[in-house]
Amino acid sequence: MATQHSRSAARLMMAPAVVLLLGWMLIPLTMTLYFSFKKYLPMRGGDLGWVGFDNYVRFVTSSAFWPSVMTTLIIVGGVLAITVGLGILLAILLNQPMWGQGFVRILVIAPFFVMPTVSALVWKNMFMDPNYGLFAHLWEFFGATPVQWMSQASLSSIVIIVSWQWLPFATLILLTAIQSLDREQLDAAEMDGAPATKRFAYITLPHLGRAITVVILIQTIFLLSIFAEIFVTTGGAFGTKTLTYLIFQRVLESQNIGLGSAGGVYAIILANIVAIFLMRIVGKNLDA
Amino acid sequence: MARAVTRQRKIVNTALAWGIGFLIFFPILWTILTSFKTEAQAIADPPIFLGFNWTLANYEAVLERSNYGRFLWNSIIIAGGSTVLGILIAVPAAWSMAFVPGKRTKDILLWMLSTKMLPAVGVLYPIYLLCIQFGVLDSKIALVIILMLINLPIIVWMLYTYFREIPGEILEAARMDGASLREEVLYVLTPMAIPGIASTLLLNFILAWNEAFWTLNLTAAKAAPLTAFIASYSSPEGLFYAKLSAASTMAIAPILILGWFSQKQLVSGLTFGAVK
Repeated sequence: MATQHSRSAARLMMAPAVVLLLGWMLIPLTMTLYFSFKKYLPMRGGDLGWVGFDNYVRFVTSSAFWPSVMTTLIIVGGVLAITVGLGILLAILLNQPMWGQGFVRILVIAPFFVMPTVSALVWKNMFMDPNYGLFAHLWEFFGATPVQWMSQASLSSIVIIVSWQWLPFATLILLTAIQSLDREQLDAAEMDGAPATKRFAYITLPHLGRAITVVILIQTIFLLSIFAEIFVTTGGAFGTKTLTYLIFQRVLESQNIGLGSAGGVYAIILANIVAIFLMRIVGKNLDA
Repeated sequence: MARAVTRQRKIVNTALAWGIGFLIFFPILWTILTSFKTEAQAIADPPIFLGFNWTLANYEAVLERSNYGRFLWNSIIIAGGSTVLGILIAVPAAWSMAFVPGKRTKDILLWMLSTKMLPAVGVLYPIYLLCIQFGVLDSKIALVIILMLINLPIIVWMLYTYFREIPGEILEAARMDGASLREEVLYVLTPMAIPGIASTLLLNFILAWNEAFWTLNLTAAKAAPLTAFIASYSSPEGLFYAKLSAASTMAIAPILILGWFSQKQLVSGLTFGAVK
C-alpha cells in the first residue's frame, strides 16, 4: 500500500534514531578497542604506546580475574535461582482466587521502583547492620549471635538485596504468563485425579517455559552489570568484586585505561553471548 | 459443601498472599516509618514499630543540611529531559516501522535492542573521556544525552508495540479522504497513540530516575541527581537511620507513585512483547 513517497519519508523518520544509536555503539566501542591495545596511564605518563594483546593477557592472568568471574556467576546464578523459584511460587499463589489481588500486586511490585542506591543502603544499614539492624534484633530474639552480614556473608547479602529488587519483575512476568494458562485443562487434570505436584510439573511448568527463559535472559543482562549495590555496600571488598566492578576499579581507581578497556571487551563479549539468545527469542515473537 | 471449601481456600490464599506481599513491601514500609522517628527511636532495642512520637524533624534536617532541592532538580531534569528527548526521536522511528515496514525493519529493531546489551562498564572510559573533551563532565546535558541513548531502544520498542495495535484501516481511510502524511500523523495517529506514548514516557522516566551507573560515575558536585545524593550516605556509619530514611523516602516516593500507575505497561514493556 505504501507509496514510494511514504517509503522514503519513513526512512527519513527512522534516520535520527538509527544514526544516534549507531554512533552510541560504534564510537565508544572503537575507542575501547583502541585503548585495549595500548599501555595508557593518564596519571602516570599518559599514552605509552602499543602493546598488542598484553592487556588482554594481563587482565585474564591477574589474580583478581577468576575470583571476579566466580563472584559474578554466583551473584547472577544466586539471584536467578531465588527470583525464578520464588517468582513461580508467588505467581501461582497470586493466580488463586483471593480478595484484594490488585492490592497485593501493588505491594509486590514496589521494590522494583526503589533506586538501587536506596535499596542497598536501607538493607545494609537498617536490616543487616550487626548492631542496630532488624536482623540483628531478630537473631538476638532467637538467642543467636547476629551475623556480620557485610563482612562475613557479603556475597549472600548482595544476593539477598538484588533478589529483593528483581523478585517483582520475575513474579509479574510469570503471573502474566500463568494467567493465559487454560483453566479447564487444570480442572480436567484435577478431576482425573492428578495430584497438585503432577499438575504443576506437566501442565503449569511447561506452559511457563518461555516466560522463564525471558525472565532469565533479561535479568542476566541487567545482573551482569550490577554496580550501585556493590558500590554503596562493600565497595568491592570481602569477595564481592564482580567483573563489572573490577573493570570499574581498573579504569577509575587505578587509572589503568588499557587494562580496564581489555576487561571491558571481555565484558562486552560475555554480554553479547547472552544477548544472542535473547534476540532469538524476541525475534521469533516478531513473526507472530 | 464444595462452596465452603472454596471459601476456606480463598481465605487461606488471601491471608498467605497478603502476608507475603507485606513481607516484600516491609523494607519500604520500615524506611517510611523510620523516617518519622527520632534517631534514638530509630535504633531502639527492641525496635519500635508504631508506638513512637511522629516527627518531621528528619525531613527538615535533610532539607536544611544538604541541598536536597538541587539533587531533586537534577533528577527531574535528567530523567525528564532524557525521556522527552528520547520520545521525540523515537516517535517518528517507531511510527515508520509500524506503518511502513520494510524488509529490514525487523533487523533494525533487533539491532537497536542489541545496543541495549552493551555493558556500560565496557565503554566507561571512552564516555568519560568524551565528556571531558566536550567539557560536559558533571553536567546535566551529558547525562540527558547518555540516558536518552541508553533508553532509546526501549522507547522505540514500546512505541512500536503500541503503534502496531492501531488498525491500519483507519489510516487507509484517512489517506483515501486525501489526508497528507503530515495530517495523517497529526490528526489521526497522534490522538490514538497518546495512551501508548504516555505510558512509554512514564516507564522511561522511572528507568532514568533510578539509573545508577552513569549518574554515579559522571557526576560530582554540580549535576549529581538523587542516586548520588543517597550514595553519599554510604560512608558515615551508625546513628543516622532516621535521616537516611527520610532522604530515601523523598528519593523514592515520586517514582513509587508513578510506578504503581504504570505497573502493567512496565511488565509488557520490559519483555519487549515476548510475554503476553
